[in-house]
Amino acid sequence: MRYMLMHYSNEDNENDVPPTPELMAEMGAYMEEAARSGVLLAGEGVRSSRHGARVTITDGEARVTDGPFAEAKELIAGFAILDVKSKDEAIEHAKRFARISGATQIDIRRVAEFSDFE
Amino acid sequence: MPDTAPPGGGRHGPPRRRADDVRRTIDGVWAIESAKVIARVARMVGDVGLAEDLAQDALVAALERWPVTGVPDNPGAWLTATAKNKAVDLLRRRATLDTKHQQVGHDQALTARPPTVEDEAALDDDDVGDDLLRLMFIACHPVLTRDARVALTLRMLGGLSTDEIARAFLVAEATVAQRVVRAKRTLRAAHVPFELPPRDELGARLASVLEVIYLVFNEGYSATAGDDWLRPELCSEALRLGRALAGLAPDEPEVHGLVALMEIQASRAGARTTPTGDPVLLLDQDRGRWNQAQIHRGLAALDRAAALGGVRGPYALQAAIAACHARARTADATDWEEIAALYDALAELTPSPVVEMNRAVALAMAFGPAAGLEVADALLDEPLLRGNHLLPSVRGDLLDKLGRYDEARREFEVAASLTRNGRERTVLLGRAKQAAAAASWPPGSRPPRSAPGVPGPRHDD
Repeated sequence: MRYMLMHYSNEDNENDVPPTPELMAEMGAYMEEAARSGVLLAGEGVRSSRHGARVTITDGEARVTDGPFAEAKELIAGFAILDVKSKDEAIEHAKRFARISGATQIDIRRVAEFSDFE
Repeated sequence: MPDTAPPGGGRHGPPRRRADDVRRTIDGVWAIESAKVIARVARMVGDVGLAEDLAQDALVAALERWPVTGVPDNPGAWLTATAKNKAVDLLRRRATLDTKHQQVGHDQALTARPPTVEDEAALDDDDVGDDLLRLMFIACHPVLTRDARVALTLRMLGGLSTDEIARAFLVAEATVAQRVVRAKRTLRAAHVPFELPPRDELGARLASVLEVIYLVFNEGYSATAGDDWLRPELCSEALRLGRALAGLAPDEPEVHGLVALMEIQASRAGARTTPTGDPVLLLDQDRGRWNQAQIHRGLAALDRAAALGGVRGPYALQAAIAACHARARTADATDWEEIAALYDALAELTPSPVVEMNRAVALAMAFGPAAGLEVADALLDEPLLRGNHLLPSVRGDLLDKLGRYDEARREFEVAASLTRNGRERTVLLGRAKQAAAAASWPPGSRPPRSAPGVPGPRHDD
């Protein structure tokens, strides 16, 4: 079963504070290990919201707002898609990721399959 | 052993809640760590069966102690150190009981300081990768029966319990437990060393690992609606094992070929059955329900296999056939000439009646029904296909397309009498009826055609 893990942003993420070399090394090793065990299917971190935009659609009309957006902790800072045996395994991965990255909140969502809607 | 880490989740909750939280944490940790723990302990004791028992003992210790002490900071290192300490205890006891006991490699374990959690945490991930690869080869060792290889692989590398394996394979738990016990005993009796296969055996040994992984995948792929949810999960398990193997042995093209084949086949999971669970033939599937991200992963794996060069093996060839279907936006856009050429190569490499039948279908699609029928007719005396509905249904379809309606009707009727699937029988009898009607049509005129897909071979599906 696949889960999507999304970790939330903080002030450092929103200020584009670069990760320390130690953090980069530790995170790299963790991601490599997860990829090598066949679990990590995809994963990326995103830059601060000032580099992004938001599209809102009202009555079919698209409106574009450029970043930055307020409230860093309501923004996503990155995601991973994991192919795991159980939700508990996905949770354990989230804890390990948080320990390395310092993330304070991670949402874990099951990826929908066609068979879920039948 | 230091257990000084702060407690894990739920530390302020009531005791029951906290015990549940720890239990769930242990389940998650075990899913991630069990294979690595077994591999590291196997390197120390040289016996994978014993290593697995010790890892289980360490799991039991965690279940007893973590609810009291909290989850350690590095749970994998804790489990490995605990299992190794139990190994030292066991070997010392054995040495005391049997002074003549002289197993190579054990001396060191007996005299050295028992490993600590810190020792284990400091070990390099690359080393454990090598140990995992050894573990995979040994779980799939040719001295074991095929069933035993599957059970050991799922247990030691997939971290599945005997109960889970039994439910996934629709057999009794006692049967699986016995298979595992017997397999461990066989490996011990054969003195299989905890090493990678020697160079001259590598090809055959790798083929055995790939076969086991693909067996697990196919078991999951054959799951039907209403089965235990663990059955279709076997596909994911096989894919994880395949991807892990590709990481451990990145220079082996057939490993990437197998991963490609499994990814592309699995990408059709959302399209290959109706909501009521009836199978949908590949060419009739709604391609909008194919998982494009998964197809992309499969094609990327196929590219990696091709980049390594050399002659394409059976998995890479089957994956290339699957890729032809995956690349076609509609069934009509399928490159059948390419598929026919790939089946030619596959038939040469691994000749079998089933490959020949698929080749016949591909040739018919590429070059017309006569070309296919020639190959299909050559299979008429094939004992392996006797009593099976596939050959007569394929021949019926090809004869029908050639306008030989009387013969087509007969073949469809034979096929209908042989199939065990009720829906298939209905389809085949319908086509027999259409062929009979066409046979009575005046020569030169064209009968109305609205034949549904024939339940023939599944190409690569």
